[in-house]
Amino acid sequence: MTTTAELKPAVSYLKYATDGKPYLAGSKCRKCGETFLGDRDVCAKCGARNAMEHKPLSDTGKLYNYTVVYRSFPGVQTPYVSAIVDLDGGGTVKGNLIEVEPDPKTLKFDMPVKVIFRDAGRKDKEGNSYLAYFFVPANKN
Amino acid sequence: MSNDVYVVGTDMIKFGRFPDRSVPDLGAESALLALDDCGLSIGDMQALYCGNLGEAGAMVGQRVLREIGQTGIPVVNTANACATGATAFREGWMAIKAGVYDIVLAVGVEQMGRGLLGGGGGGSGIPTEGLLGSGTMPSVFAQVGLEHTRKYGTSFEQFAKVSVKNHHHSTLNPKAMYQVETPLEEVMKAEMISYPNTKLMCSVNVDGSAAAVLCSEKKAKELGLMGRAVRVRASALNSDPYSPRNMAMPDFNAVTRLAAKSAYEMAGLGPDDVDLIELHDCFATAEIVHYENLGLCKDGEAGRLIDSGATALGGKIPVNVSGGLLSKGHPLGATGIANIYEVTTHLRGEAKNRQVEGAKIGLTHVVGMGSACAVHILEKA
Repeated sequence: MTTTAELKPAVSYLKYATDGKPYLAGSKCRKCGETFLGDRDVCAKCGARNAMEHKPLSDTGKLYNYTVVYRSFPGVQTPYVSAIVDLDGGGTVKGNLIEVEPDPKTLKFDMPVKVIFRDAGRKDKEGNSYLAYFFVPANKN
Repeated sequence: MSNDVYVVGTDMIKFGRFPDRSVPDLGAESALLALDDCGLSIGDMQALYCGNLGEAGAMVGQRVLREIGQTGIPVVNTANACATGATAFREGWMAIKAGVYDIVLAVGVEQMGRGLLGGGGGGSGIPTEGLLGSGTMPSVFAQVGLEHTRKYGTSFEQFAKVSVKNHHHSTLNPKAMYQVETPLEEVMKAEMISYPNTKLMCSVNVDGSAAAVLCSEKKAKELGLMGRAVRVRASALNSDPYSPRNMAMPDFNAVTRLAAKSAYEMAGLGPDDVDLIELHDCFATAEIVHYENLGLCKDGEAGRLIDSGATALGGKIPVNVSGGLLSKGHPLGATGIANIYEVTTHLRGEAKNRQVEGAKIGLTHVVGMGSACAVHILEKA
């Protein structure tokens, strides 16, 4: 699926690399080694100043936790899976897990997932489209 | 004479829906009830600590004084998510402990809308709720429960039992918003909001207020109020310490453990010494994890604890005999002081049908997302 650089990222930790490919951006502390989602100047874990480096996060991970949402605001299609994913190499992100039965009976903790990037399917008041990320089950053979 | 601080007067209004009333009006009602409870008046108070979220920044405390007596006393308005009321209480406690005042009033009040809390809009121009996961309160706390399931296999049924218990307790509490029995099957078959929380496993959005008069030992003796006074053995407040997944999935465990540890240490007591507990059951899933966070059982044993019946009225460690947030209701700013009222009432032997027999020590716990956790330990004087 091609995404175009015309889609504005829906959140600040979603960025485009120099080759135009979207990715989830993170930061790593040189002092304590902790990985964070998004940009930051100071380490929230150890308080180190001037120690944060930019770190692109992996596009694969495992399902740490989830819930299946049945009731939401108008315009949100339910049920859907709200997932907490531990990305390989560090960083934990919340997002929708799609292309899967939204049923607690079939979802498994630690199932491998992949991050994909797509049009959010929502526009703002001016009619602009946005880039979002989603998780899909990763089929490991 | 110690520098102990006492609750000498406290009360709450029956929680409900009062769309035609104002926030200060609701707060003023509890303030007067608490003052009446100890036979004092607003003129006797040296400071007012007022907790409210919805109109934080709109001088709710001052507007309460406009209703009941503008004595010019210092007013501190507090906001700390669901720990708002307990923060107001703690600030009053701290001022007396520090010897700055002898007698203060703490009020917690909230007027809530209906419907889902949380899940506000995210980044640049489009709301992210339902697009990039869910941030609504039922979903956040559903995940709290499922993390426990992941670690220990806790079942949907075990979470649902919390609602059965707390709804049953509320039938004995005239101040609770709902006073209805809900059998297990009814709880589990109710509309699913965010698995595993059904509608009957979510606390109710209600309006309400509660207030407490805090007093130094010296002043309480002077005023002849020691007879129904309750000693504050501990007051603790913590913010969420760093934990790796906290940003994606709020961690209520670490902050509660910090505050609980601090409170037990300050009081020189342990969980076994506590006769009743009012903890933060904003959702049925939350009560389960807080059993472990407050040390009522070992990690992994919370499912067994709810199964055993030990946390029901009559059991070894009664939890939320008021009906809890689930059934009594959770007006955000009021809850932290409503819990103080409940525990104090039992320690005074005045809880009637729902009295925990022989209660001498009680614990209150609230935790708000963002996060703030307050734990208080109270003792019959």
